[in-house]
Amino acid sequence: MLTSASSSGRGRKELKRAGSRLVASVESKSLVRKSSRWAAWLDVLQGVSGLVLLLFIWTHMIMVSSILISKDAMFVVSRMFEGVYVFDEPHPVLVSMVAVVIFCLLVIHGIIALRKAPSSYREYRQFITHANRFKHTDTNLWLLQVITGFILMFLATAHIYQMFSQPGNIGPYASADRIWTNTVWPLYLVLLFAVELHGGVGLYRWLLKWGWFGLANNRQQLKVAKSAITGFFLILGLLTLAAYIKLGIEHENHAGERYRPVSFMQQMENP
Amino acid sequence: MNNIPVREERTLRFHILRHNPQDSESVPHQQVFEIQEADSMTLFIALNEIRENLDSSLQFDFVCRAGICGSCAMIINGKPGLACRTLTRDLPEDIFLAPLPVFELISDLSVNTGKWMRAISERLETWVHNRQEEVDLQQLEAPMEQSLAYSIYELERCIECGCCIAACGTAQMRDQFVGAVGLNKIARFRLDPRDEREDTDFYELIGDESGVFGCLTLLGCEDVCPKELPLAAQLAYMRRKMASV
Repeated sequence: MLTSASSSGRGRKELKRAGSRLVASVESKSLVRKSSRWAAWLDVLQGVSGLVLLLFIWTHMIMVSSILISKDAMFVVSRMFEGVYVFDEPHPVLVSMVAVVIFCLLVIHGIIALRKAPSSYREYRQFITHANRFKHTDTNLWLLQVITGFILMFLATAHIYQMFSQPGNIGPYASADRIWTNTVWPLYLVLLFAVELHGGVGLYRWLLKWGWFGLANNRQQLKVAKSAITGFFLILGLLTLAAYIKLGIEHENHAGERYRPVSFMQQMENP
Repeated sequence: MNNIPVREERTLRFHILRHNPQDSESVPHQQVFEIQEADSMTLFIALNEIRENLDSSLQFDFVCRAGICGSCAMIINGKPGLACRTLTRDLPEDIFLAPLPVFELISDLSVNTGKWMRAISERLETWVHNRQEEVDLQQLEAPMEQSLAYSIYELERCIECGCCIAACGTAQMRDQFVGAVGLNKIARFRLDPRDEREDTDFYELIGDESGVFGCLTLLGCEDVCPKELPLAAQLAYMRRKMASV
């Protein structure tokens, strides 16, 4: 600005009147800031971390629902994740390691996604006023995502820490006792709804956001698919939770005892 | 023989948000006007009737009354839309009208979208950038593929009415957000072979959170656009292009 002002007659006059003079005009490349590529990477990273977390949570849901088949099935699944079929003996530390990785992803996803949430009361109020007036599904769904996202940041952390610190306590009776006797079911009930709603809406929005294969033109179909998937996992989750609660009530008087499937132990002892 | 079905005549109640920021005495308030609905009545006709017969001080903007100029955008029962393209028969008896948010209020239903659009145009440099020093205006322009011309024209149809901004949750929260209208303009100049700017140049304009990466994909813009521009697809396309710069 100074150089252009001093080169024109009026500019010189103004400088003179102020009793100052231009001492130097240095061009510096560092002053001409290029837009950072981080803005793009953060948007990509937000989606990818969310997708990995969603795929994890869906797999997780299907695995824990093995209790609906039988106690043995759930036992086999829990031992599998302790690496019994690879190392020939259970290593619960593997579960702890997964918990750490998931926690890191949760933190990364949370921090990146937070930049989109209302960051002041004014912004929050502007958005709420707009949403109330507009009555627009996709706008309201985003609000739902902000709320469920906040719930997850706190409640998922509690759950992940429990899995990290007591990785060995996963099994038909161990899980049922935790859920019923140790009263963890309210946490799981809230988590189930928060995670399925957040994940379902998140995936739907992520696909629209990047719009590969003309997906941005198929919003209605995507919305139906999203609702169907969310509905499926909510029902599966509720049935699974009910099964653990039922098992927990039946096992209340023996809480703390672990499940020992006869056939499985025989297999392990006489391969 | 008159075969045109006659609809039952309704009495419409217009609840209009009124305020004149120029007048220090003025307090924002809602006024209710009752008029008889006529066949094929648009909000443009209704508002003129109110101004003509009930209150001559009512202020609102109109130029073309055919959905081309974009002056008459307002909030109609909570949703942004063009008054001249909205038929009263598609609305309930109680019609709530308010000026578009985000834009500077002139008075009543009249807002200064022009000022906002001008600022966005200057900020995003929405004109053809040619590195040539001098353009010879006498010379014939190089021919363009018909299909390309059509795709440029498709995006060029934007009338800058401001509905997409009024429907945008991000724009309500963040003053600096360029919105669908801004991003659509960049998409338009990106297509134009006469514009010599590269994606890296466009990234400098919209590659941040006041640009394409600030969009929350709430898609209110696409749902209200009176010209039915393919905004969701354009925003996704620009995001992909900018992310791969």
